[in-house]
Amino acid sequence: MPHRKDPGSVGLVQKQFYTFCEPPHEMELTSGAKLGPITLAYETYGRLNSDRSNAILILHALSGDSHAAGRYAEDDKHPGWWDNTIGPGKAFDTEKYFVICSNVVGGCQGSTGPASINPATGKEYGLSFPMITVHDMVRAQVRLVDHLGIDRLLAVTGGSMGGMQALRWAVSYPDRVIASIPIATTSKLSPQGIAFNEVGRVAIMADPNFHGGDYYGRPAPREGLALARMIGHITYLSDDSMHEKFGRKLRGKKAFGYNFNVDFEVESYLRYKGDTFVHRFDANSYLYITKAIDYFDLSLPDGSLVKTVEHVKAKFLIISFKSDWLYPPYQAREIVKALMVNGVDVTYCEIDSRYGHDAFLLDEGEMSKIITNFLANVAERNGIREAASS
Amino acid sequence: MMAEGARIDHSVILDFIPAGTKVLDLGCGDGSLLVKLVRQKGVTGRGIEISEEGVRACIAKGLTVMQGDIDKGLRDYPDNSFDYVVLNQTLQAVKKPDVVLSEILRVGKKGIVGFPNFAYWKMRFYLFTYGRMPKTEFLPYEWYDTPNIHFCSILDFREYCAKNGVTIEKTVYLTADRGGRVLRGVRPNMFAENAVYLLSAGEKPR
Repeated sequence: MPHRKDPGSVGLVQKQFYTFCEPPHEMELTSGAKLGPITLAYETYGRLNSDRSNAILILHALSGDSHAAGRYAEDDKHPGWWDNTIGPGKAFDTEKYFVICSNVVGGCQGSTGPASINPATGKEYGLSFPMITVHDMVRAQVRLVDHLGIDRLLAVTGGSMGGMQALRWAVSYPDRVIASIPIATTSKLSPQGIAFNEVGRVAIMADPNFHGGDYYGRPAPREGLALARMIGHITYLSDDSMHEKFGRKLRGKKAFGYNFNVDFEVESYLRYKGDTFVHRFDANSYLYITKAIDYFDLSLPDGSLVKTVEHVKAKFLIISFKSDWLYPPYQAREIVKALMVNGVDVTYCEIDSRYGHDAFLLDEGEMSKIITNFLANVAERNGIREAASS
Repeated sequence: MMAEGARIDHSVILDFIPAGTKVLDLGCGDGSLLVKLVRQKGVTGRGIEISEEGVRACIAKGLTVMQGDIDKGLRDYPDNSFDYVVLNQTLQAVKKPDVVLSEILRVGKKGIVGFPNFAYWKMRFYLFTYGRMPKTEFLPYEWYDTPNIHFCSILDFREYCAKNGVTIEKTVYLTADRGGRVLRGVRPNMFAENAVYLLSAGEKPR
């Protein structure tokens, strides 16, 4: 049901849950540890067609969740995190496709993560939660897709860590993905990226409220988490976008305060982003998910990306952004090259955006147009039918 | 780079390429040639294009295209990974034509190269009469903003091929008058505005 005030919206949506891997059938994780039961929070938009061939799985980034589009209530201030690309007539057109988005395992927005109760102890996992990898996130999604009765996804897509998952899907489940659209991503995070993640983790663990991750029911390590988020936000922007967005403008004053309160707009922005983040995100999840991002290396186990992608069957659309220095275009080109050497059908576009890594969330229309055209072509070639209208 | 006009060069290239082959189009622009190859000849087509605008136009046509610089990009392709590698109206815009030409014949079993002949009589006349850099309908740029940085004539190109062991298998000369036609007369270096070559690596040890 489209939103009354916004015809391009999927309207009101609901979070759903699926629980699986009940003991003794726990999921074996990359690390060798076992986890179960696992719950995934997910949302769906649009309708599955009769042969279940029009499903697109959306994969979120570090701080994302299952709420990719629409609103939970009419008066919600913000829609889902990728509402500009998902909806009737948008890139992921819910008139044509059945769109799924789930919160990753290890997350804190309804899926099993360190803040969940460990059934063995009756207490929150905290740091006893096993280490999670991007592959583990995808393993859990495979179970959800099975549960929804979908054999092959028309497309898997996401930006940043979502792009890592889109790559992992195509490499490890080649028969279950028709097209993969990794955006603003890499086959392995740069040492610079790992460095920023580590500073964020140290900030959290150095917070006096951290208590070795066992802070549930007590004040959370909010200062540390807010600081981690502030650092993260710097890496998502670019020098250009900071000039454009803030310049050296002062916040609510005409002259310097000559003290350590907020003077500049950019300080105010970062503090606001830090402060609001702590209300919706669990510090332990931040630790686990950033670590999963750091561990991700598609070239393993052989160390050869060309070799690991040799069984890929999906058609690829890879998108990067020129001003993204956290996941720079040269990293996307490495993936393109490895796929191309293997004869994979790969299209690559470098969008000339100034918004840095954030560009994948702030699409000004270029990215959407590319995706719309690419998906239309994939759907046509594979004879995908749209869901019958009711 | 050539302004859009009568594309008899496209028809020539379509004739050169057998149906169902694997084709890489270098500097494919908006994909207008590649889309004909895919739709009319059923080739497996790939394009490389440097501009985001061109890439987006190709995607809108349903083509597989990679944004990249052919001056840098070809070394990643394995030997003989395509049946045909096409470089049409782009040779004069690359930084290192010799490197690109040798890469074309490494990556492709055959190469197709089309370029404007800078010894075309109108060019000579323009330079001779006005003493200024020639501008034509197809090469409308000023000297300071032209993307075309390496002009050659038909004789120059033939000499390059001879020196570098490149076999010229077929040649078609084109003139642009009356919407473009194949030139069958003598002295193509004087009277052909464009030339399209089908090349192979020949016997040269590599």
